Amino acid sequence: MKSLLITGGRVIDPASGGDGRADILIRDGRIESVGTGLSDPDAFRFDATGAIVAPGFIDMHVHLREPGGEHAETIDTGARAAAAGGFTTICCMPNTTPVNDSATVTSYIVHRAREVAQVNVFPIGAITKGSLGDELAAIGSMREAGIVAISDDGRPVMNARVMRRAMELARALDLTVIDHCEDLNLSAGGDMHEGRESVRLGLGGIPSASEDVMVARDLLLAELTGARYHVAHLSTMRSVEMVAFAKSRGLRVSCEVTPHHFAITDQELATYDSNYKMKPPLRCRHDADAVIEGIVNGVVDAIATDHAPHAGSDKMQEFERCPFGITGLETAIGLSLAELVHKGRITVNRMVELFTTGPANILKLDRGTLAPGAPADITVFDMHTEWAYDVQQSFSKSRNSPFGGRRFRGGPLATIVGGEIVWTFQDKNREQ
Amino acid sequence: MMQTTGAKPAGLLDIESLDRAEVEAILERAHFFQPIESGPFRRLDALRGKMIVNLFFEASTRTRVSFEIAAKRLGADTVSIAAQGSSVTKGESLVDTLNTLVAMRPNAIVMRHAASGAPHFLARHLQIPIVNAGDGTHEHPTQALLDARTILDQRPTLEGLRVAIIGDIAHSRVARSNVHLLSKFGADIVLCGPPSLLPRELEQLAPGVSLAYEMTQAIRDADVIMMLRVQLERQHEAPMSAGEYFRFYGLRLEHLALAKPDVIVMHPGPINRGRELSSEVADSQRSVILNQVGNGIAIRMAVLERILGGEAV
Repeated sequence: MKSLLITGGRVIDPASGGDGRADILIRDGRIESVGTGLSDPDAFRFDATGAIVAPGFIDMHVHLREPGGEHAETIDTGARAAAAGGFTTICCMPNTTPVNDSATVTSYIVHRAREVAQVNVFPIGAITKGSLGDELAAIGSMREAGIVAISDDGRPVMNARVMRRAMELARALDLTVIDHCEDLNLSAGGDMHEGRESVRLGLGGIPSASEDVMVARDLLLAELTGARYHVAHLSTMRSVEMVAFAKSRGLRVSCEVTPHHFAITDQELATYDSNYKMKPPLRCRHDADAVIEGIVNGVVDAIATDHAPHAGSDKMQEFERCPFGITGLETAIGLSLAELVHKGRITVNRMVELFTTGPANILKLDRGTLAPGAPADITVFDMHTEWAYDVQQSFSKSRNSPFGGRRFRGGPLATIVGGEIVWTFQDKNREQ
Repeated sequence: MMQTTGAKPAGLLDIESLDRAEVEAILERAHFFQPIESGPFRRLDALRGKMIVNLFFEASTRTRVSFEIAAKRLGADTVSIAAQGSSVTKGESLVDTLNTLVAMRPNAIVMRHAASGAPHFLARHLQIPIVNAGDGTHEHPTQALLDARTILDQRPTLEGLRVAIIGDIAHSRVARSNVHLLSKFGADIVLCGPPSLLPRELEQLAPGVSLAYEMTQAIRDADVIMMLRVQLERQHEAPMSAGEYFRFYGLRLEHLALAKPDVIVMHPGPINRGRELSSEVADSQRSVILNQVGNGIAIRMAVLERILGGEAV
């Protein structure tokens, strides 16, 4: 493989604290050196002048739908969307058909990803068999086959005793337990956040408490078991407070938030557009503000998209019949820049951290760093290029994004995985 | 003719987005369409040559018949489709069903659907005016209009009236539409029901709304009492037993003494005697339930005429 020299960019590497103009030399798929005035006459040169060069972004929460849901997404198309969104690594949730609850399914995903995926794909295994919440899945075997965490995302483990056993086992196996926190009894019949808007629109509500009671339960179980525990797509003010409290007590807990939960609120649902329907639901302003505050003050460890593709026909129905979930890989950086960096809430360095060292530390991945010898996964983005998101041109097989047509300032420019440029920004794809 | 290019054709999706002047115009026009004392309805041909499809995905007698009669009185042709007899039961999606109907070039679709927002969803995808005849637990705009017409037949103005709406508010599209309409005219609205059917956020639905969990509190000095049907089909769990419900939230003759002497009692129907109101109340002099039904036709005539742009007569 030809070596690659990325020149002239502003290199931000949260792992080392580095931030400054530098070149990066990549050889044999690994970072060889980072410094000024690097040269290699044989290397392919990539001019990153005016751009930011960062460790490859990691999205620790996506749904790739393969196996079983290939009409909505495949490992191939999901990985392409990830590359176009500036991600070099994605972690896929186990709610496929069949559920990823055994080494067989894990191996299928790992091998399929190796064949077709442009980015690194790391599977997350189920906590319980079939994600039914009763009996623990083959967690040890799945770990050997390549899972990086366990979760029953989408179908939360309602039985606290089962969750306790899962945490005990995960601790012994050095795996992080990720929970989609939702009390199914409290959320039953709900299609959006419960509050003034749901009452106004006559739609069933999902109260914030349905998330909060499960976060509270899980944090107590994490303390009981000593497990490494992570809250997926945290969306409420109380949950932010509880995670902050648990962290202050030294528990090994972390949390992620999605761009949509900090970028938009339940006010958007007035049109009954199912592209605003997901779980947890878009909350009200004070929850969104609390999530942003959690990002600012360090309670939030990572930004993850919860990319959840659904075929068009599934989303073209009466609101209450539509499935939950929206796509998110291609708009995550643009939204984070717009809502967090451009509005002066965080620095771009902190944003990079939320996409790199944040998720890498949660999952203990040897990624998210530009240290010499590390895999050469690199995300090049900038903060000023104007572009509009054309959802019809998405690399995803699905189109269920609420951000179609939205204009952004800054976004991904190139995605480099293992030293290979897998995607670059093409003006024609983006400009209206 | 309706505009077919540029702006979306205007239908009637909800009361919330109407302004007071539009509501007043409809109420006034409906007054013109009301039958003269014991005389016949006016028969007009303002909508001659227009085709209106009544698409009812949910059981309905009075609303469907009322829309049909209204359309016919204006000279329009109507086709009524009940979901049971349509291709919906063969698995066709709502959008496909509507697209098929639109291809037959009707001038408007009157639709009732069990899902909140179904007409709003269709309005975004179809180039045809849609009249909402009730969507899930969201709104029932023509019901609120006919209720307002009925009140105005008894009172000079809606302004300052104290209106108690009692029953399953959470699941009531009738309540939501009435709240929005009455609020636009400065009425004082008290919503009353058992706690699980009366979410606190209702207070923020519109200006002038307050909540009460006790009937006596809601009814005191009321000018209008609107009773709602208990919608068992929409509830996940019953809030209380039927006996208990009637005891605490059923309207009986003795309650009327608390209200203004000339209070009127309304109900969108169908009424469940002994469940939300007693037979004596339903049949009392104070009840205007049948006036509501009669006004339904006049209101729907006014709405259809307005939407289909028939020339003023």
